[in-house]
Amino acid sequence: MEQLKTIGRELAIGSHGGWGQSKEFLDLVKSIGEARSKAEEDRIILREVESLRRRIAEPDVPRRKMKEYIIRLVYAEMLGHDASFGYIHAVKMTHDDALPLKRTGYLAVTLFLSEDHDLIILIVNTIQKDLRSDNYLVVCAALAAVCKLINEETIPAVLPQVVELLTHPKEAVRKKAVMALHRFYQRSPASVSHLVSNFRKRLCDNDPGVMGATLCPLFDLICADVNSYKDLVISFVGILKQVAERRLPKTYDYHQMAAPFIQIKLLKILALLGNGDKQASGHMYNVLGDIFRKCEQSSNIGNAVLYESICCVSSIHPNAKLLEAAAEATSKFLKSDSHNLKYMGVDALGRLIRINPDIAEEHQLAVIDCLEDPDDTLKRKTFELLYKMTKSTNVEVIVGRMIEYMINISDNHYKTEIASRCVELAEQFAPTNEWFIQTMNKVFEHAGDLVNVRVAHNLMRLIAEGFGEDDEGAESQLRSSAVDSYLRILGEPKLPSLFLQVICWVLGEYGTADGKYPSAYIIGKLCDVTEALLCDDTVKAYAISAILKICAFEIAEGRKVEMLPECQSLIDELSTSHSTDLQQRAYELQALLCLESRAVESVMPLDASCEDIEIDKNLTFLKDFVQQSIENGATPYIPESERSGMSNVSNFKSQYQHEASSHMLRFEAYELPRPSPAHVIPQVSVPTPIADLFPVPETTCNSETSQASKLPSVAGASSAAHGIKLHLDGVQRRWGRPTYSSSSGPSSTTSTEKTTNGVTHIDGVGSQSRDKLNESRRQQPEVSAEKQKLAASLFGGSAGKTEKKATSTQRAPKGNTRNAERPGAARSRSPETSKEKAAPSVPDLLDLGEPNPTSTTIVDPFKQLEGLVGPTPMPSPLDNSVKTSGFETPDLMAAAYTDLPPSGSSSGSLSSTTRDMYSVDKTSNTATSVPSIKKGPFPQDSLRKDARARQVGVTPTGNNPNLFKDLLG
Amino acid sequence: MIRAVIVMNTQGKPRLLKFYEFQPPEKQHELTRSVFAVLSGRPDNVSNFVEADAIFGPGTRLVYKHLATLYFVFVFDSCENELAMLDLIQVLVETLDRCFKNVCELDIVFNFNKMHTILDEIIFGGQVLETSSERVLKAVEEISRLEKSSSSVSFVPKSVSGRFGR
Repeated sequence: MEQLKTIGRELAIGSHGGWGQSKEFLDLVKSIGEARSKAEEDRIILREVESLRRRIAEPDVPRRKMKEYIIRLVYAEMLGHDASFGYIHAVKMTHDDALPLKRTGYLAVTLFLSEDHDLIILIVNTIQKDLRSDNYLVVCAALAAVCKLINEETIPAVLPQVVELLTHPKEAVRKKAVMALHRFYQRSPASVSHLVSNFRKRLCDNDPGVMGATLCPLFDLICADVNSYKDLVISFVGILKQVAERRLPKTYDYHQMAAPFIQIKLLKILALLGNGDKQASGHMYNVLGDIFRKCEQSSNIGNAVLYESICCVSSIHPNAKLLEAAAEATSKFLKSDSHNLKYMGVDALGRLIRINPDIAEEHQLAVIDCLEDPDDTLKRKTFELLYKMTKSTNVEVIVGRMIEYMINISDNHYKTEIASRCVELAEQFAPTNEWFIQTMNKVFEHAGDLVNVRVAHNLMRLIAEGFGEDDEGAESQLRSSAVDSYLRILGEPKLPSLFLQVICWVLGEYGTADGKYPSAYIIGKLCDVTEALLCDDTVKAYAISAILKICAFEIAEGRKVEMLPECQSLIDELSTSHSTDLQQRAYELQALLCLESRAVESVMPLDASCEDIEIDKNLTFLKDFVQQSIENGATPYIPESERSGMSNVSNFKSQYQHEASSHMLRFEAYELPRPSPAHVIPQVSVPTPIADLFPVPETTCNSETSQASKLPSVAGASSAAHGIKLHLDGVQRRWGRPTYSSSSGPSSTTSTEKTTNGVTHIDGVGSQSRDKLNESRRQQPEVSAEKQKLAASLFGGSAGKTEKKATSTQRAPKGNTRNAERPGAARSRSPETSKEKAAPSVPDLLDLGEPNPTSTTIVDPFKQLEGLVGPTPMPSPLDNSVKTSGFETPDLMAAAYTDLPPSGSSSGSLSSTTRDMYSVDKTSNTATSVPSIKKGPFPQDSLRKDARARQVGVTPTGNNPNLFKDLLG
Repeated sequence: MIRAVIVMNTQGKPRLLKFYEFQPPEKQHELTRSVFAVLSGRPDNVSNFVEADAIFGPGTRLVYKHLATLYFVFVFDSCENELAMLDLIQVLVETLDRCFKNVCELDIVFNFNKMHTILDEIIFGGQVLETSSERVLKAVEEISRLEKSSSSVSFVPKSVSGRFGR
């Protein structure tokens, strides 16, 4: 048995000649394969690494042995273990003259070392020498190392040799030299800027491969600077034409496409060059039309070229004919069964609607299908498309969908992204205030702390100010609906901190405003918030300030506030808190409770959040005081900038610097403590409720904000003013409708200034425009309510269709009245139309007749298949990927080849093995087992592999035992 | 530009890692793990594309192919075309298959330096170099032929071979 094992091993090694590794390596792989846990695997590799460390350091290791050690090190490092002790040996190996060793050395160093590693300096010399070698393989290996290991500083050392290689007789070398030069450009554009002309020259290389390689650097160069390459448009178009007309040698064909990768690169370049350039685009129309006409749609790569053409058409100056062709190709993608093509279709649609939004209409159905698809990638792509398509008319449906999706994913990165998109759309297109608040609530509730702080401030601001309407009733209704919703939400466990802040603020400001809830109830709720397990200081600060406000309102109203026990304990707790901020708030509350009602009213006026605080930056009101002090003999104030020369003890910094320069020694211990970075808790203070509306998270606006207004002090005032101003503009503009923001852009700050104590004084012009706005808004909710139902029914069903909706909404602004007249009619009609739409689309799928991958199954020449596939109508043809992975694929290649069109040269060149495996896959696909075919035509091969597998004992996966069974037969 | 090529088995064990921008080993390991986490969570009959900006930074995408016990993963940025990348995986796999005759995971485990050689002929410095598996194969064969012919030299002690080399 032992002997048999050895034989098997030798077979395994011998089968691939010089590539094989020794017995030890096989043993290592075997034991790793058998490891039952991660810990065991780690132990094995650690042991291996230890033994390598020992052996590699021995003197006179035979070079062949050393090669193997290095490879084993690479392997260990791939599995995540440190092999740095061997780097130097890998470097040494690159100095070797024997090709296999040199190549192994280069391979190892490119995998081990970063371009800034200290050892690179030892390799540069070798690389220089090897670049001049007669053996082109050595040159290639050196070029590969150049790409990976040369950094900005070492580029000049090898640059001359690389440039020389651009005219090397071997095309493989020329190609790699171009790419190495490209790499230099990526690393440091300045270092090769004088060599850019070389790329242009190589574009005319008579080897198409070299020309193709040149396109990569040119693409980068054109990305950086389009205008200096406009002259190349004609050449690029010419090349593309030649390629598309198959004038390249046959060897450049790939799956019956002529040099598709070159075509793709060229199309990308043309898209850049033609963007916004009518004249340049004019040259391209012809060849693009040709590509659309000729493009092979049965193969993957053909579709890749087609997709790239669509991208190109959507980027260059629009041409009606080409757009039509692009739209047609896109619709084919969307109707395809392959998820990959659908994905490309959705992406292409997103590009095309930028030029012509109507194109989306006929694909609404397909888009909805993609949205319902279980494929996450497709879904995200579709959301991206919807995001681009959002208008004020469909925002509710789209944002609703997004939120629904957001709730269900756990990927924080994407959650953040989609949440910010929801917020952006809601801010831009919100049809009603209520909807906006509801949407925001949902976003906060589910995405929580992933949401930008700015969003929370916007929401608070909206609730405080409304949309800038002068309709007090609507505003207070908005507030009370917000309060209602927040009291309801507070019942839920684990709310995110940011959301709790908003809730606390709103409850503090408006909790008792409409008299619906008694103050004690709200205070109790707020106390509950602070008692929650994960309540942070910021939320506590918000909560206690809210309690303070409610108490103040109560006292101002002349009512007696009786302290709840939990509230009292909260105050006690916070007044001994580690956070001085919380302490201050608690003491402020205590102080306020002792004041009489008139004082409280002036300290804490009701609904004062909209007040603008006038800040006197120059502190003119202190002039008298200063004057008086100076007269009394005080020293005048010297600004800090002028103070530096004085040897003042308090001016520690300058003194320190002085010292440092004179002694030349730096003692780290004496370094100035850095100012603590952006502190977390925004100050909310008694007399300035506005400060907690805009708690600017910058250090400049810290606790001084409160003092600034209480007893205006020197330092904080200006920064506070700056901070608040910063938030005031921009916010408003972002919010409102486009009309509002554009009309009242500059005056947005003044409008807030005018709002004092909730009473708005508005000048004639402003109110006029606002009236108009109100009018339109009042109409819109009716229309949108109508549409919402429509959309819900449309989007909900699988046969949903927003197309109708889109067209009707386009009409909406023009003829609101007409629309409002017959909402019933529209509603009753829509289901019918949607059904009508849905019905033909199903046969559409079958009638398509596009030679998609399924047709290859039908054309498949194998008899078993003809019998199986022929009679079955196959209403929903199986997807490509279903074939590959829906069933346990017996062999790697069997799965791989399913994507190939089995006709033509490519299938002819397949080995009979793969063809056979191909058929196996097909049969297993149709779920009938034909055991007789399962035997490969290379029984020796299979046997050998099996023997190897068995003796090595590596069963790489438990999931797929079939791998070896199939090989065995 | 292609950022990385990862081949791993369905249990997440790396079989080949090639990053075209240097990543320290720990980072490589972490990236592989997160890629595996994404891929293993995907059902069978879905698209081969995944947006990877959470793992590899903004704008990156990955294309993968699940074949038997292996995942072939290409990570790339917006300069490449997804479908084309999918075909590049096809080229790689096709070449491996021709090279090893009925390739399976074991071949890749035991010959991962050959695998690197093949990959280097297809992708060079993050750019597509060659898409014809025939020509890749020819290049690789030539390399192994030359290596074999020169490997006889390596039996000779270093001092002697050093003289030969010059």
